[in-house]
Amino acid sequence: MAMFKNITIGQYIPGSSIIHRLDPRTKILSTMFLIISLFLVDSFWGYGLIGLGIILVIRASEIPWKFVLRGLKPLFVILLLTVSLHLFMTEGEPIFQIWFLKVTREGVIRGLMMGFRLILLVVGTSLLTLTTSPINLTDGIESLLKPGKKIGIPAHELAMMMTIALRFIPTLLEETEKIMKAQMARGADFQSGGIIQRAKSLIPLLVPLFVNAFRRADDLAVAMEARGYRGGEGRTKFRELHFSKIDVIAIAIVAVSSVVVSILF
Amino acid sequence: MKQPLIRFEDVNFVYRKSTLEEPEIQQEWLALQNINLDINEGEFVAVLGHNGSGKSTLAKHSNALLLPSSGRVVVGGLDTQDGERVWEIRQMVGMVFQNPDNQLVATTVEEDVAFGPENLGIPSKEIQARVEESLAAVGMLDYRLHSPHQLSGGQKQRVAIAGMISMRPKCIVLDEPTAMLDPEGRREVMETIHRLNKEEGITIMHITHHMDEVIDADRVVVMADGKIALQGSPRDVFTNVETLRKLHLDVPQVTALGERLRRRGYDLPQGILTVNEMVMHLCPSE
Repeated sequence: MAMFKNITIGQYIPGSSIIHRLDPRTKILSTMFLIISLFLVDSFWGYGLIGLGIILVIRASEIPWKFVLRGLKPLFVILLLTVSLHLFMTEGEPIFQIWFLKVTREGVIRGLMMGFRLILLVVGTSLLTLTTSPINLTDGIESLLKPGKKIGIPAHELAMMMTIALRFIPTLLEETEKIMKAQMARGADFQSGGIIQRAKSLIPLLVPLFVNAFRRADDLAVAMEARGYRGGEGRTKFRELHFSKIDVIAIAIVAVSSVVVSILF
Repeated sequence: MKQPLIRFEDVNFVYRKSTLEEPEIQQEWLALQNINLDINEGEFVAVLGHNGSGKSTLAKHSNALLLPSSGRVVVGGLDTQDGERVWEIRQMVGMVFQNPDNQLVATTVEEDVAFGPENLGIPSKEIQARVEESLAAVGMLDYRLHSPHQLSGGQKQRVAIAGMISMRPKCIVLDEPTAMLDPEGRREVMETIHRLNKEEGITIMHITHHMDEVIDADRVVVMADGKIALQGSPRDVFTNVETLRKLHLDVPQVTALGERLRRRGYDLPQGILTVNEMVMHLCPSE
């Protein structure tokens, strides 16, 4: 039962394209611009232009299409539901009617637009995680949140939490597998029964897992203290982020084009 | 005389523990009793003892993770009670723990080694140089971009040791670093710390209950019931087979064999520590 083998966290695909080499903050900010303009734009022309832009970025990132489109798979049901809801529920000029389901012209337009919006949203944001390693993403978020410290946003603490979570996810998964095997060896059954039965059978798995997780947390806290950790104050970084010329250009292009697209369409 | 790197002066430590059923009633016991011990610069000191003998408590006193209930611990001239100097002390005395999984913080090996220097506020150029140097010193440079869960136990402990070296400590205290490792991992770790001691001159305080890990130490300190029961060179300590037996500690197999042969009337010296030595004494002509 090697269910947790070869687990990759996030969906980062290593590479050395121009998009990979951009500063993580550039990519996070660009994604923000994309999200905002997607919600402001309200015409097919606008979506077409944004889509074109995303396609250009995908080409530049050298990421195979199948990885980009894979992100859409879990979205399929939501996509179908959204489109059909808009299709049938929008009031307007009817095109045809099956029993009580009335399809209107406005409905078709709204449905398609919503569909485009969702697809572009998911593809655009997954480009961020496809081209940025979790470490860089964490560093970027920490750096961007730093100004928020004055209003009480704990930038360093959030980043530290993300790092530790990323570090311990594989460790805890391995442990889960080990405990499951140990309990199965003693006759535990995790696979059969109804939902309630299955939920109940998880108790002997979760209790030791939680107890161990707390023990680990305790050990880790002592180890961190022994290594001189005392919060974010006065701490330096192993790798410093810095904006290059390309970052400035990229941000400028994204900002200007999203403002223009949002106003015009 | 030169000042010792770490000095324990009449150290007592009272450990309080309450049970879940009766939280008001606190049990107290002396985990350390009148400990007087000097660790000198450049020394390799092995601390031997059973579970609950106080050896881990002793280790945690060496970098102010625990503070003595009475007496004092002086590290490089600084008293560990002095709250303002704690970080200097922790930079001087690095500590490696038993569980290799629970002391690595970051998602890649190099980021983890950088964690200590980052906390010290060292400029990033210098950190990068130190990370490279420290990983090379433990032979893990090829694994710098690996994530901790891809490494074996012995490799994780070597990364943890590198994480200490990058802080440029004078002394590294290892609290049973080999207890959870397989024989291969134990060998890797022992080789690494001996090399650091000899080549880099880093003082080592190695805490263990494996007899064969103390043979090459400069000095062995045997702990029992919170007290120092025996102290001396490995040879001196293992001559006291009877005392060690009473403390439920074994001597290395070769030493035990030598002791039994001696009782049968063979002409052997006390405290034989290695197979080679035994061969030399049994077959002098070889």
